[in-house]
Amino acid sequence: MEFFTEFPEMGRQDLRDFKKGIDASFREFSRTYGEGIENFFEPLLWFLVWLEKLLINAPWPIVIIIICVLAWLGSRSWKIVFGTAVAFLVIGYFGMWEDTMSTLAIISVATLLCIILGIPLGVLMARSLRVQSAVTPVLDIMQTIPSFVYLIPVVMLLGIGKVPGLIAVCIYAIPPIVRLTNLGIRLVDKEVLEAADAFGADYKQRLFGVQIPLALPNIFAGVNQTIMMSLAMVVIASMIGVKGLGLPVLRAISNQYLALGLLNGLAIVTLAIIFDRVSQEYGRRLQAHRHGGDNG
Amino acid sequence: MDDVYKPTGMVAIMAKIKIKIENLYKIFGDSPTTAIQHVRDGATKQSLLDHYGHVLGLKDINLDIPEKKIQVVMGLSGSGKSTLIRHINRLIEPTEGQVVVDGEDVLAMSQDDLRDFRRHKSSMVFQKFALLPHRTVAQNAAYGLTIQGISEGDAQDRAQRWIDRVGLGGFENHFPAQLSGGMQQRVGLARALATDAEILLMDEAFSALDPLIRTDMQDILLDLQSELHKTIVFITHDLDEALRIGDQIAILRDGESIQQGDPQDIILRPADDYISDFIKDINRGRVLKVRSVMTNAKRAAGPKLSMDMALEDALQALASSSKGSGAVVDGSGKTVGKIEMKAAITAIARPDRSGVTPRYK
Ligand SMILES: Nc1ncnc2c1ncn2[C@@H]1O[C@H](COP(=O)(O)OP(=O)(O)OP(=O)(O)O)[C@@H](O)[C@H]1O
Ligand SMILES: [Mg+2]
Repeated sequence: MEFFTEFPEMGRQDLRDFKKGIDASFREFSRTYGEGIENFFEPLLWFLVWLEKLLINAPWPIVIIIICVLAWLGSRSWKIVFGTAVAFLVIGYFGMWEDTMSTLAIISVATLLCIILGIPLGVLMARSLRVQSAVTPVLDIMQTIPSFVYLIPVVMLLGIGKVPGLIAVCIYAIPPIVRLTNLGIRLVDKEVLEAADAFGADYKQRLFGVQIPLALPNIFAGVNQTIMMSLAMVVIASMIGVKGLGLPVLRAISNQYLALGLLNGLAIVTLAIIFDRVSQEYGRRLQAHRHGGDNG
Repeated sequence: MDDVYKPTGMVAIMAKIKIKIENLYKIFGDSPTTAIQHVRDGATKQSLLDHYGHVLGLKDINLDIPEKKIQVVMGLSGSGKSTLIRHINRLIEPTEGQVVVDGEDVLAMSQDDLRDFRRHKSSMVFQKFALLPHRTVAQNAAYGLTIQGISEGDAQDRAQRWIDRVGLGGFENHFPAQLSGGMQQRVGLARALATDAEILLMDEAFSALDPLIRTDMQDILLDLQSELHKTIVFITHDLDEALRIGDQIAILRDGESIQQGDPQDIILRPADDYISDFIKDINRGRVLKVRSVMTNAKRAAGPKLSMDMALEDALQALASSSKGSGAVVDGSGKTVGKIEMKAAITAIARPDRSGVTPRYK
């Protein structure tokens, strides 16, 4: 009877040894390779620090002007540009300028990294069913596993700091761009691809001349989602030493500072809205030629 | 290659064979090589599908396509027309058989050779246009040239001539989505012509267009052909279109070629009831030519009629003369034959074929 009421667990000692074994071997691994891996990420750290310093040290009016110019280039909408300017002025007025710049820096670097890694991976997935069926479950895990779980090995390997934070953000934010690149390429009109083949296009000409351009709206939707998801990760990233808007939120939670938490939280939301509007508008303009309309 | 092509019509035109298709089989499915045996043993398209789960695409196609002529391939939906034309530039690999172009086996080509063949020797026009939506008219027309490695600027300069030739001057900077179907297919045609390929493959190129626009496009094509003399393989399911532009016609049914010949031949001597039924509604007087019903003769009395005159026009001339017969002359005015009014009328009269199977089952 006892068999049914008590789950037949592994022996306590065995379980302890099992966990210890894993911990020990990973510790061993991180002792041997930790430094190498850290060196590998050195340029990334350097770039991130450089960008952050640049944004913080530059005179704030210039930063706002540059951001507004970028918003204009992306959206071609005065409304969005005006909204952006006001949002940044308010953020600065409430004393969150530096934290916002730090967050901006890490979001930009994370997004860039996701694009550089994610698009080629999506292209590979679209090329072969085998790669697709191997990568899809990994992406599923990356999106569903609680971030704290993969923070542990990352911190064990690289310690507390910007780079582990960046990696954590990327793990969480890269799946949409990979998925949508794959999907976009797979959805490209078969007839147009056949035409490319009929005129003798080789692999590169097919990829860069037809598949990627036609998949661009989807790829772009992926970039948009990646940005949104990396913003959602700033608070967690701040737990392992990333400066920015997440840190005050964290402090607000532990000390029950309502106003501090609210202000910084709203600043994150504001950034998200601006990024979203600008990139959506840009995506729309990318597709304009598909629906007739204005003369190009 | 000195294979010589002889149509079975009354007047033999000699022409070099450009594309030779031999014993071509295509079966879609998981194990086509076993399925092909069933086809050899007499399985039809339907029975192959019902009993073995394979689709018969093409069965034992033999076709000699003459150089500088328009070869039409006709058949109803699902008869294998698209499958056949895609074997010529090897967009589809056959289950068995040969495709020889200018003496070279297309199926034996390496990937590089095949790419070269597609870049320089053949070009294609598609039913749904298949233009690149993110490229302008000028860029689309230049597409084949840029694939050859020519810079975008030079390619567009060269393609400009063809844009003008198909009547799209002034639309260079439009995107395909901004054009009507007819205009889009002109871009498709310009794109195919711009590479100066000798072989032009057209898969139902005009089928998606309105009847009036379609006639326009046929005119453009015939006009271009009188000047360019390309080897054109033209797919259609429309008999009028086939008769209008085809120098040669091959008719497919369920993946099999059931008749090949020039248009006159097919109308005067349909191979079976299926084809008789297919052609029963056409205007025979307009399609049949004097040369198809004349008898050879060095001298003849009566009105002088050109060999390529339509019978309906010839009848008018014959009726207004008292003779009841006329002299047939060639392009230089020399008499080559004699035409009897009675023969002309018999040819025009619809052959009595009661009990033919209806075209649409
Ligand atoms: N990739 C494929 N897999 C399986 N069956 C195919 C494939 N391509 C074509 N078929 C089948 O082969 C037959 C011939 O098709 P094909 O497209 O050549 O016909 P078609 O004469 O061009 O018809 P349509 O006028 O509709 O274009 C059809 O029965 C079709 O279902
Ligand atoms: Mg077809």
